[in-house]
Amino acid sequence: MSETTEPELRHAGLNLADDARELREHVESDVFGFWVFLMSDAVVFALLFAIYGTMRHATAGGPDAAQEFKFHSAFWETALLLTSSFSYGMVSLLTKHGRGRLWPLALLAVTFCLGAGFLKMEIHDFVTMFHDGATPERSGYLSSFFVLVGMHGFHVFSGLTWIVLMGIQLVVFGPDERTKVNLIRLGLFWHFLDVVWVVIFSVVYLQGLIR
Amino acid sequence: MNISRSLRRDFITYGIGYLLAVALTGIAFACVFYRLLSPGATLGVVLVLAFIQIIVHMRCFLHISLKRSARADLQLILFSAVIILLMVGGTIVILGNLMARMM
Amino acid sequence: MTIWHFLLGHLTWDSLVFVRAWRDPTTSEVIGGCAGGIAVLGAMFLFGLITVLGKWRYLWTEWMTSLDHKKIGIMYIVFAGIMLSRALIEAVLMRTQQAVAINNPGLVAPDHFAQLFSTHGTIMVFFVGMPLLTGLINFAMPLQIGSRDVAFPYMNSISLWLTVGGGIMMMASLVLGQFSTGGWSGYPPYTELAFNDGVGPDYWIWSVSLSSLGALMTGINFAVTVYKFRAPGMRWMRMPLFAWTSICTAVLMIFAMPPLTVATLLLAADRYLGMHFFTNTLGGNMMNFVNLFWLFGHPEVYILILPPFGIYSEVVAAYSSKELYGYTSLVIATTAIAILSFTVWLHHFFTMGQSAGINSFFGIMTMAIGIPTGVKIYDWIWTMFWGEVRFTTPLLFSLAFMITFVIGGMTGIILATPPLDYMMHNTLFLVAHFHNMLIPGMLYGVIAGYYYWFPKAFGFRLSERWGRIAFICWVPGFYLAFMPLYVLGAAGVARRTQELFDPAFRPWLIVALLGAFLLLAGLASLFIQLYVSIKQRHTTQVPVGDPWDARGLEWSMSAPPPEYNFAVLPEVTRRDAFYWQKKSNAAYRPADHYEDITLPKNSMCGVSVGLSMTACFFGLVWHTWWLSVFGFVVALGTVIARSFMRDVNRIIPAAKVAAQDRRWLERVGAAVPIPRQLELTPENEGLADVRND
Repeated sequence: MSETTEPELRHAGLNLADDARELREHVESDVFGFWVFLMSDAVVFALLFAIYGTMRHATAGGPDAAQEFKFHSAFWETALLLTSSFSYGMVSLLTKHGRGRLWPLALLAVTFCLGAGFLKMEIHDFVTMFHDGATPERSGYLSSFFVLVGMHGFHVFSGLTWIVLMGIQLVVFGPDERTKVNLIRLGLFWHFLDVVWVVIFSVVYLQGLIR
Repeated sequence: MNISRSLRRDFITYGIGYLLAVALTGIAFACVFYRLLSPGATLGVVLVLAFIQIIVHMRCFLHISLKRSARADLQLILFSAVIILLMVGGTIVILGNLMARMM
Repeated sequence: MTIWHFLLGHLTWDSLVFVRAWRDPTTSEVIGGCAGGIAVLGAMFLFGLITVLGKWRYLWTEWMTSLDHKKIGIMYIVFAGIMLSRALIEAVLMRTQQAVAINNPGLVAPDHFAQLFSTHGTIMVFFVGMPLLTGLINFAMPLQIGSRDVAFPYMNSISLWLTVGGGIMMMASLVLGQFSTGGWSGYPPYTELAFNDGVGPDYWIWSVSLSSLGALMTGINFAVTVYKFRAPGMRWMRMPLFAWTSICTAVLMIFAMPPLTVATLLLAADRYLGMHFFTNTLGGNMMNFVNLFWLFGHPEVYILILPPFGIYSEVVAAYSSKELYGYTSLVIATTAIAILSFTVWLHHFFTMGQSAGINSFFGIMTMAIGIPTGVKIYDWIWTMFWGEVRFTTPLLFSLAFMITFVIGGMTGIILATPPLDYMMHNTLFLVAHFHNMLIPGMLYGVIAGYYYWFPKAFGFRLSERWGRIAFICWVPGFYLAFMPLYVLGAAGVARRTQELFDPAFRPWLIVALLGAFLLLAGLASLFIQLYVSIKQRHTTQVPVGDPWDARGLEWSMSAPPPEYNFAVLPEVTRRDAFYWQKKSNAAYRPADHYEDITLPKNSMCGVSVGLSMTACFFGLVWHTWWLSVFGFVVALGTVIARSFMRDVNRIIPAAKVAAQDRRWLERVGAAVPIPRQLELTPENEGLADVRND
């Protein structure tokens, strides 16, 4: 770890060039630990994908992907989540470069709105599917669809809650060391959710809509 | 000023990542929506584009690179990828085999 | 819905095991009632004793809210000891049943017997095996790598209390309702609502979930600790073998717990939300569960065995007065075992209909994974060769392990051959094989580690006499209890059988029952050993901290260690760091400069999260939704509140550290160094005489 004149990009959102070595190492292990947790979460999602893959044809005479998936909602949900990832990146950037607390707070709010919009669209999709009789209890295929996509949605909901909490912490504590570490971890979480969504829209929605 | 330059550089990384992701997503959706290829080929293209987009996310948003400081994170991701491949691949092969033998 | 229905969910009077025993006093129900009674009385006795002795405040402030890895480690082991007692008694009951129930119904009804083997397995894996190894790693690993604590002390506390909560739930199933009858593996469709709409499978799902959540967090904690918290100069290839096995175990925990989480969560989705993942109808596929469970289950058994392998490396080297032979090959073997453990899981269900090609692949991989273990056995043997071997209790257990475990390993190779497995699958042969792995492999290793590190933790040695008595019970006890099962399994006796019909089996089952009693005596000897050792501790004090003339950093401070482990973090220049310090006369030196040390404050957050999640899951079992919501809200609230706390550390001033270090060094100066011949005498104050090596 060299002392550079410019803040290192190693973990965006944290400007550690001036801090004591012990502090820096402590932060490094905090963030690494969260990466490890994300990898275990990745395995959970991977296995839910595998289950989805093995149950793709277990429709038991009920509704299947072709009947239920809609292009435009998948597209706009993707757009919202991807843009929210970009706006969170801006939060990280501004925190890292010490731009106070107002700008990061504003962009946190933007991220929240985009994420909430994503969730609203997804819930609306689910409700529509329920009205069509495509409920999780109808077939193994639908069970696996709702648990896979629902698990992702639940993670997004948790992320939104966390965003609110971080907003409060920014207001109460300002961007101190603890808040910055938690913002980095939330950032990792939020970007990770977008990565999982890339796989979902590819493997679930687009695959289901291929003719 | 130093800080400004670094901020600009970081911003450009995020910006490029975002635009690439938008493009890759758009192409994937377009392939499926406009039925540009056969179903098998379309699926292949969609999956490859997803894989590329994941790398873009990792590089631009999650700061994974070959740099020394990001090395442990990269090792972790590669190891996890191997485990995931084993588990998911194994599951699909085994369950596929069972289903084939049931029919 | 009445207020009672809302408050109690599915709880009724009949849920109480005592009421059921009263209404239907068969032998089986009465035994169940007695078991429930023992659980209740045991808890009351414990609580009463603590109250009478006035120790609640002490327990709360010094232990339960502690974030110190040493104390958390000890609490894990105490908890595991209690659960081991229950599970071993259940085993004796099952052995008795099988010895008696030949052409007669025996003592316990089929349903009761099924609960017995289910709780026995679930407790032994999740609430004995995992806590024992977690406790030992927690205690010793940070000391070995030169760290002040694990990476995430607060999360460590949460892990502990989630695990304890799972144990509480297991105990609750003795009193309220009943446990699952589906074995520790809980296969659907049997565990689906269609066949089992009671609370049994739900108890299984949620207590296992508590344990696996704790284990996942532990895995993350240990991995980051070894990765990021090693002392300066402690490069990877300078770490003790136990630290290597700790990180490999941690990696296995991180990647093996998710499949279990998915399996149990999806089963819960079927049972609570009417979904169709594993049901018989509407598209369910039970093989998805089987596949997921063993994706977890196989790495799990390597989680259970790798730490004991690490312990054997430490113990064999220490008591052979010799450097560990083949360090590099042991490291490679350990990492190979860790990675290969993800490539063999199908051998648990060879008979479920896959093609010969797939079975063969996994059969070959299973045989391959035996090779690195074989390398380790040779390395340990060659460590002892030409060493000055001292036949202390840990070394005796290590020798018994080497011989007995290899026998079990060979039966494993038999089972790894698919056509042979078709004959042996789900017979007593399999039961004998995996107990042959777990008892001589895991349990003897844990006993050896317990005996080896006990003086470091508490400052006095355990009674060698009672250690030998325990050895004489455990080793012949194992052979008597399990070798007959190989014969019976090869003769075709299925596992999990409540009644048998061929009188030719009787002699074998009686021998097995004798073995079970001997094993129980072995456990009792360990408890007696503890009692006797505490009583005579003034003759076995080892305050200097190095009773065995051992090699790792964990022996380089006082016994018990100061709460911050090291007054000054060591600079490591080679493997077996402390041993070479002793040889070059660089050990036991005061530091040039002492610094303030920052440690975490005690916190009740771990207790709060662990126990409230237990309440939440208990509510899910009994459909008392208000309790689930309440428990979850308290747990989440604790986590959120903690994240707002900024004042979570305390500082130990440099002057205090220096004074403590000085006091210990004075004690070292006053101590008499002893040669190994006097190791087990009161002369051993924990200072080794290295002049004549």
